[in-house]
Amino acid sequence: MIYRESGQFKTSYAADQAMFPIRQDRIFIALLLVAAVAVVPVVVSEYAIRSILMPFLILSIAAIGLNLLLGYCGLISLGTAAFMAVGAFSAYKLATGIPDLPIVLNFILAGLVTAVVGMAFGLPSLRIKGFYLAVTTLAAHFFVEWTITKFGWFTNYSPSGVISAPPLDVFGIAIDSTTEKYWFVLAWVLVLAVLAKNLVRSSVGRAWMAVRDMDVAAAVIGVPILKTKLLAFAVSSFYCGIAGALYVFAYIGTVEPQAFDLNRAFQVLFMVIIGGLGSILGSFFGAAFIVTLPIFITLAAAPFGGQIPAEVLSNLELIIFGILIVFFLIVEPLGLARLWQIGKEKLRLWPFPH
Amino acid sequence: MAGRRQFGEVILSVENIGLSFGAVQALSGVSLEVRKGQIFSIIGPNGAGKTSLLNCINGVYHPQQGQISFKGQMRARMEPHQAAAQGIARTFQNVALFRGMSTLDNIMTGRNLKMRRGFLWKALWWGPAEREELAHRAQVERVIDFLEIEAIRKTPVGRLPYGLQKRVELGRALAAEPEMLLLDEPMAGMNLEEKQDMCRFILDVNDEFGTTICLIEHDMGVVMDLSDHVVVLDYGRKIADGPPEQVRRDPRVIDAYLGAAH
Repeated sequence: MIYRESGQFKTSYAADQAMFPIRQDRIFIALLLVAAVAVVPVVVSEYAIRSILMPFLILSIAAIGLNLLLGYCGLISLGTAAFMAVGAFSAYKLATGIPDLPIVLNFILAGLVTAVVGMAFGLPSLRIKGFYLAVTTLAAHFFVEWTITKFGWFTNYSPSGVISAPPLDVFGIAIDSTTEKYWFVLAWVLVLAVLAKNLVRSSVGRAWMAVRDMDVAAAVIGVPILKTKLLAFAVSSFYCGIAGALYVFAYIGTVEPQAFDLNRAFQVLFMVIIGGLGSILGSFFGAAFIVTLPIFITLAAAPFGGQIPAEVLSNLELIIFGILIVFFLIVEPLGLARLWQIGKEKLRLWPFPH
Repeated sequence: MAGRRQFGEVILSVENIGLSFGAVQALSGVSLEVRKGQIFSIIGPNGAGKTSLLNCINGVYHPQQGQISFKGQMRARMEPHQAAAQGIARTFQNVALFRGMSTLDNIMTGRNLKMRRGFLWKALWWGPAEREELAHRAQVERVIDFLEIEAIRKTPVGRLPYGLQKRVELGRALAAEPEMLLLDEPMAGMNLEEKQDMCRFILDVNDEFGTTICLIEHDMGVVMDLSDHVVVLDYGRKIADGPPEQVRRDPRVIDAYLGAAH
């Protein structure tokens, strides 16, 4: 009864094509935004922001990036971590090479560098699909990892290969407290999520989905296949690059190339699969699920008060994680975003069964 | 009705094309001319090369011999999206819709070629990109009205029954405002009522928009009633070419269809 769009008539195409066409959704999103910007820094402890919300937000950006590529354009990539590394190290090189460069511009440039790298590794996608494409993007991963470790230039010849991000400041305002960093990351997330949503509801998104669903028919109605796929790789890598830069600059501060290992790529891939392929909202769900799951498993184990040895617990975490992924792939291949949608449809009828 | 209609200049000319896949000769020495505003049918038994011919016309296949010119432009090797840009739209024998998308999005994709704003504008959305999207939405709504599919606008096409899917596919092709529409068995698998609707749409498209139509169909009643001109293929060769009443009486056509002495 609460969630009903009855009485909300669309009288223009603009209203019908809006990002959130239903009033209740708009109210919900507005409340969520107010909560995220104003309430969270007051209510949530600094530790929780640093250890849960920051990785959630940053990995959401990477998940949106991969979702654009995999969920919308149907191109699988295991190069996410590599692209994050490219973004992180580009931002680092830019920040140390040109100290006067405003940080926002720095991140955008780092994203563009990643986009170019992503496009280069996206070239095989014209000929190669599915698992084979996954293997070629895997090559991207190892190539990037090797390059960064091998050539000291990327780490400014740091003997251990570890880089430390210079302090952040935005237009002269220093960003050093956890809350400020949280706002900084949140701003990126909001802007990038809105841009992604705009892309997927426009001709660009339709071209991607057309290529995903039926590439021959897409070509026949005039979608240039190579250009469309490369654009998907470029935009996706741009998002991953920004995520990588934020990861170093706003989250952990010091990083070695191994922080962006293959596990990270799989982590983001699982976020996209569990959250929902082809859904921007789903990317957030997936990121929240994967980031908080270990915490919930630890909490669930707490009543057994140390009876479970730590190493069993960490393995148990992996096992539960694996089971959940298998469960999702079988029961709801469209992920949490689809469950959310089903929930909303049910809510329209509630409290009546039909 | 064929005799009374007047047609414009030749819009598509196929000269002596040959296409083979390995040892299989799909098309050999096929020539034909389609005039502007015609309803042109290609018929023939299964495996005669009809779909291959359409695939050559819109650039999916590249014939090894011969030439194709559209609107007087000779073309070298051409990709499908270039053919689309020249004004050729197409439907498929097996419905080739984008299954994950709604009816509206499918038809909107048909207008992608007409959209000029790049992806940076689309990412920003506000202003020019939104105006462009809305203007095209209005055009798409006309196609939706024309095909009487208003009620299924927001339905994912995968959930639609077969007859409606065929109609949405026609809508996607029409949204591109093509000068030439290639229809590959638009009535296959339809019941009588759906066939009648589809015939009406084809005639209306031809009549209202002046679109040249090139049709493959197995229902001879439909072909003979709709067409201004019929070409018959058999084993990759053209065996007849003319107005429907002439083709109907051609002994070679009767042979090919009844399977007489080859």
